[in-house]
Amino acid sequence: MLLLTCPNCGVEADETELSAGGQAHLKRFAAGSSDDEFESYLFHRSNAKGVHFERWRHSYGCGKWFLAARDTNTLEVFGTYPAQTPEPPKDLIAAIKKKRPDWKGFAK
Amino acid sequence: MKRYSAFAIAREAVRYHQGWERAWASPVPKKEYDVIIVGAGGHGLATAFYLGKNFGITNVAIIEKGWLGGGNTGRNTTIIRSNYLQDPSAAIYEKARSLYETMSQDLNYNVMFSPRGVMMLAQTEHEVRGYKRTAHANALQGVKTEFITPGKVKYLCPIIEVNGPRFPVLGALWQARGGTARHDAVAWGYARACSDMGMDIIQQCEVTGITQAKGQVTGVETSKGAIKCKKLAMVVAGHCGVLAEKAGFRLPVESVALQALVSEPIKPCMDVVVMANTVHGYMSQSDKGEMVIGGGTDGFNNYTQRGSFHHIEETVRALVETFPMISRLKMLRQWGGIVDVTGDRSPILSKTPLGNCFINCGWGTGGFKAIPGSGWAMAETIAKGEPGALAAPFGLDRFKEGRFIDESVAAGVAH
Amino acid sequence: MSTRLQTGGTIIDRGQQIEFRWNGKRLRGFSGDTLASALLANNQMLLGRSFKYHRPRGLVASGAEEPNALVGLGEGARFEPNQRATTTELFSGLTAQPQNAWPSLEFDIGALNKMMTRFFPAGFYYKTFMYPRAAWKHVFEPVIRKAAGLGAAPKDPDADTYEHYHTHTDVMVIGGGISGLAAALEAGRSGARVLLVEQTANFGGRAIVDGVEIDGGDAESWINETLKTLNEMDNVTVVNRCLGAGVYDHGYVLAYQRLTDHTPDKDGPRHRLWRIRAKQVVTATGALERPLSFAGNDVPGVMLAGAVRDYATLYGVSVGDRVVIATNNDDAYRTAITLHRAGLIVPVIVDARPEANGTLPEQARALGIRIDTGKAIAKVKGGKRVTGVSLCVQAGEGSVLEEVACDAVAMSGGWSPVVHLWSHCGGKLNWDAEQAMFRPDPKRPPTGADGNGMLHVAGTANGYLDAASALADAGQAGRDAAKDAGFKPAAGTAPKAVSEAEAPILPVWSMPQGAGVKLQMKTFLDYQNDVKVSDVRLAAREGYESVEHTKRYTTLGMATDQGKLSNINGLAILADSLNAEIPRVGTTTFRPPYQPISMGAIAGSARAELFKPVRKSPVHAWFEDNGAVWEPVGDWRRPYTIRQAGENQKDAVKREILNTRQNVGLLDASTLGKIIVKGPDAGKFLDLLYTNMMSTLKPGFCRYGLMCTENGFLTDDGVVARLDEDTFLCHTTSGGSDRIHAWMEDWLQTEWWDFKVYTANLTEQYAQIAVVGPKARQVLEKLGGMDVSKESLPFMRFAEGTLAGIPARAFRISFSGELSYEIAVPASQGRAFWDKCLEAGAEFGIQPYGTEALHVMRAEKGFIMIGDETDGTIIPQDLNLNWAISKKKADFLGKRAQERSHMTDPDRWKLVGLLTENPADVLPDGAYAVDGTTAPTGIKTTIGRVTSSYYSPTLDRSIAMGLVKHGPERMGEVIDFPTTEGAVIKAKIVDPVFFDPEGEKQNV
Repeated sequence: MLLLTCPNCGVEADETELSAGGQAHLKRFAAGSSDDEFESYLFHRSNAKGVHFERWRHSYGCGKWFLAARDTNTLEVFGTYPAQTPEPPKDLIAAIKKKRPDWKGFAK
Repeated sequence: MKRYSAFAIAREAVRYHQGWERAWASPVPKKEYDVIIVGAGGHGLATAFYLGKNFGITNVAIIEKGWLGGGNTGRNTTIIRSNYLQDPSAAIYEKARSLYETMSQDLNYNVMFSPRGVMMLAQTEHEVRGYKRTAHANALQGVKTEFITPGKVKYLCPIIEVNGPRFPVLGALWQARGGTARHDAVAWGYARACSDMGMDIIQQCEVTGITQAKGQVTGVETSKGAIKCKKLAMVVAGHCGVLAEKAGFRLPVESVALQALVSEPIKPCMDVVVMANTVHGYMSQSDKGEMVIGGGTDGFNNYTQRGSFHHIEETVRALVETFPMISRLKMLRQWGGIVDVTGDRSPILSKTPLGNCFINCGWGTGGFKAIPGSGWAMAETIAKGEPGALAAPFGLDRFKEGRFIDESVAAGVAH
Repeated sequence: MSTRLQTGGTIIDRGQQIEFRWNGKRLRGFSGDTLASALLANNQMLLGRSFKYHRPRGLVASGAEEPNALVGLGEGARFEPNQRATTTELFSGLTAQPQNAWPSLEFDIGALNKMMTRFFPAGFYYKTFMYPRAAWKHVFEPVIRKAAGLGAAPKDPDADTYEHYHTHTDVMVIGGGISGLAAALEAGRSGARVLLVEQTANFGGRAIVDGVEIDGGDAESWINETLKTLNEMDNVTVVNRCLGAGVYDHGYVLAYQRLTDHTPDKDGPRHRLWRIRAKQVVTATGALERPLSFAGNDVPGVMLAGAVRDYATLYGVSVGDRVVIATNNDDAYRTAITLHRAGLIVPVIVDARPEANGTLPEQARALGIRIDTGKAIAKVKGGKRVTGVSLCVQAGEGSVLEEVACDAVAMSGGWSPVVHLWSHCGGKLNWDAEQAMFRPDPKRPPTGADGNGMLHVAGTANGYLDAASALADAGQAGRDAAKDAGFKPAAGTAPKAVSEAEAPILPVWSMPQGAGVKLQMKTFLDYQNDVKVSDVRLAAREGYESVEHTKRYTTLGMATDQGKLSNINGLAILADSLNAEIPRVGTTTFRPPYQPISMGAIAGSARAELFKPVRKSPVHAWFEDNGAVWEPVGDWRRPYTIRQAGENQKDAVKREILNTRQNVGLLDASTLGKIIVKGPDAGKFLDLLYTNMMSTLKPGFCRYGLMCTENGFLTDDGVVARLDEDTFLCHTTSGGSDRIHAWMEDWLQTEWWDFKVYTANLTEQYAQIAVVGPKARQVLEKLGGMDVSKESLPFMRFAEGTLAGIPARAFRISFSGELSYEIAVPASQGRAFWDKCLEAGAEFGIQPYGTEALHVMRAEKGFIMIGDETDGTIIPQDLNLNWAISKKKADFLGKRAQERSHMTDPDRWKLVGLLTENPADVLPDGAYAVDGTTAPTGIKTTIGRVTSSYYSPTLDRSIAMGLVKHGPERMGEVIDFPTTEGAVIKAKIVDPVFFDPEGEKQNV
């Protein structure tokens, strides 16, 4: 039963208020992309055991999407940030590295 | 291997059961094997068994990070059915179901396959149409199913409320030869048979790396040292993504938690397996008398083998509505497993970008019922180097081609 | 025999006698009794039968850990199986029945004699019952099922109600013993919001029974004083009869309050499920005593020493006149002393330790009680009741030295902290070899959302078995929890407890040490599931070496007590069998709930009508009053048809269709999704969302549009109206409005966040009523207020104005092929507008129609229906909808996907019409067409399938739509559709538009 703080409205939201939206920071490949690129975009997920960047929507709250960095093995939430962020914030990356020295860093 | 039988039990009883031998050996790994299978769950062990039985390949090691059968094989709700809509699914699940029929005899280990019948309730007009369609498909697939009336539903399972105020039962898809089996026994029975064929089951041995040369797999690095192999099969369900990463490729798979629960045991009151997809829950009664209950998956990636309680709540709420008598039963235990869900929620049995490395994963919430069929098809793929008729549709290439095997079409969920 | 003592019983009220029924007998107890203590007071020792061997079973424990005393409680709609007698408070009129025994508890046919049990060791069923193959299902399994299963299944629907309760707290304390009270007090003093729950009716735990002294007074006074203080603190909530059931991730705690189980006549919910978010959790859950493993330890009358003491002290009940004590620790001496002081006889204390010279043994010795050290129980005598024990040396193999007559045995194998809640969410344990127990490792706690520990363990549960150190630890835990929750612990002195010093325990996992297999086969670990020491050793010998394998192979710890008494003893035996250390073997996983909780409580109040709230259109009530047959559509209910008096469903649908085609019909289309998309970039956005070009749509016009997923599949359709330059109104399917709105927001917020677009889901703001049929215009004209002529409002246009004085937006769109207006009015006036339509339309023969008529009429016109022609695997090209896919656009959702090889495969099945050779035959829904060949998998090759099939009253014949391989190129061909009954229906491939292909009826 996760608790995630919605960066848009500030509410510390219970999982039942939220909808999970899968891996974050995907680059959309559309018309003109190769079959490999398009397959990767639609299906190949990092599925990391450990640090994971993901999308959430505060569905039964403010309705806004946001992104979260979470450990899929301990469920620790490192931080949340607005969906309109192309890459994870640097300070968040630094904070995660401090807690998880073995982490290889953010990769799409 | 000493055969199990009533006589063997009688013989051992006289000497206070001191003479039973080990069900499977606990060997030190050899330096090299023809085939290494990573994952000693039901699928991995079945793969090994049919490699030996169907292809005579017995120089095989099955490597297991924890204890054999300790993943989803030992955590599921033991439902066996093959009433799938799409032909590739029906073919492999029906193969599995038919192998379950004779598994106890084939393995000389009672896996307690009990074809008590599986019914999938239709509670909307849309579901009625979906299940009628499935019944038509099944008839052509050689899978015996029928669409039954609410009256027959009530007759087969008297504890169902068919006239509930919110979602009355409009009928059901009924597979009389579906049922349940004892999940642990499936893993143990295969393990004993594999061990008897001379295969090495190596437990408490974690694969830490996959070695390769010139695009071909050469072996694995493990917590018990490096082991070479000519062919490698990864059959590790929830952790397939982690292993694929070690081999250098990504899978169209995400790992999420699926939960289940049991009630305290009561005297027999339900002889069939019931799945209610509109309200989202399924239930059967084990031989011990527990009501075995399952529901849906969590929405987020998770490796903890714990799920969120609100899913338990939703499932129980749905089943109390469907089976009002369970309201005064008590939940004894809840648990979770990590299932690997693919882009089309159908499994992957496939060659991989790495030569001589094969993968079997993505069974999601429906793996247990597939174990023997999956092992059968995977063994063929490994032995021949190319998938046979059963495995071919489940290749990794389908995601690039847009050739999906989508079972949610009829049922909404694919358990 | 067991009986009520003349005096004693701190929690019973001898002034209030209570009558109850057990096994058909009328018995009496006192207020404050549990069913267990009341039964013991009435000399009822035999209470049930075990699961596998149907052996006689009596009380072992006094609390939640009781494995044996499970009863069927209540009757009829209030019957509950497997209720623990030890946690059932006695009330007047209580009725209880024994379980798992037939024909009676005393003479159970299922009971197997000594010879037979030998044939049923652990896992025997995996080794037999395999031949003949069919016999498992038809012979063996039914017999096993009947014998298993404990309590009877309830027959009637539950008469009680349940509820959920949500709360947040800073510190939640689980357990109301002295440790929990001390922790709650410390946390409360910091100003933190504190919630303290206690599973029983009474606070104080074992301290009262054990005669603990706190701050110079007796424990009871301190407990009462502390409770009073806590209750006076505004920031502290104290709840009894409330079980801390489970700890979940991120501080979510489940608690289970039994509100009326003890007073069933009281109104209100029976159970309340608390769903708690706690910043910090303190578990003060105490410890459970372990049985000792000696032969015959399952005979009724063999009980835990602590429980024997509980019954004597709390309830004034003696479990027997002569009670032998068997122990490996000092604590059991308290029981001996208590019994002695109550005037009962303790013939001997059998202590496995070589010597016993601590304070408590010395006290016992001083009282003249015989203490035999280095000794063990070789065997218990008796069948349904203990008659005596034989003694031997602990170090030996069980040669009998002496026989001692007794009618009860009080045993203590030491205490195990209750670490369940700590472990539920990942807290790790350490093995404390000195105290022979697993205890929480404070360095590896369960972690919360921030990655820090979220749980502290207090007192005995933390491995501090003596009251003095437990109380000190608990106070610290309370302060630590408050601090971790962000509060400053208050200054002040902590309470101090005094209890007798105890000499170290001697771990004894087998009694005697060298017990042979014959004794092992009579030594029980799991009483309910009949798992013996010999079973665990057998499992280990056969290679089931992992603790999980052993558990599953033997069923150790899988009974309704979840191994509370048996787990540690079992894994110690396993470790010994494997010649391994106990911590290396490890424990099985602790899973919620700590104690079974009712399904009713989990479901809460969401029953029957409240199970899932029904969405209702503004016209819903009219249908309810006028014979609607309902159909669930999403969360809505829509009328399938509206029957007139004496009419069956089929005839009603036929009438509705014919009337609409000939006169005029009225449809409630309010459930259709209505989403406003507004902003300078709205057109650009919709161009990406729909396969069609929407940006070129002129204000005042409507256009039918398709939406695909990024994976290329058709997901929704509907008419888009451009209200003004930067405002579009997108209609979606009834089931699709929320999904599509969320989908729009997903793209706008996470991908195209630079677009200047807002969306709003207005589905429930408008009622939408379709007036359909040749006379539709006349009806609207009669309503008056808007020019609805062909010239002013042509097909695929809309107009705004008023109709019958109600503000309205009229869309000239048609899903039936008839002249049709869909009128949107404010939801609040929807019903009024509906009524006015009926009134004005009366002279034109207006009749409402339902979803089935809608479906048939759209099929007659060859219009697709999302969910019928589509199923998540269909692309628009499959449905010959290429005209609705813009070729000009560089991109739209699904475009790239539709370029993949499988999507452009010429062999994809395409939409066609199907006409059966016999017009009376209706193709079955979902039937497949075959070509007569068979695949290598044995599956018959299919070449198409039916997607919609109806009997058309308009055409007076059957019609169907379907997807067929190369279908559009095969017009006129006849293909075969086998039915599930074995017949074959032949159907001709035709154009899917069956009625009015030129559109003459709608364009008038």
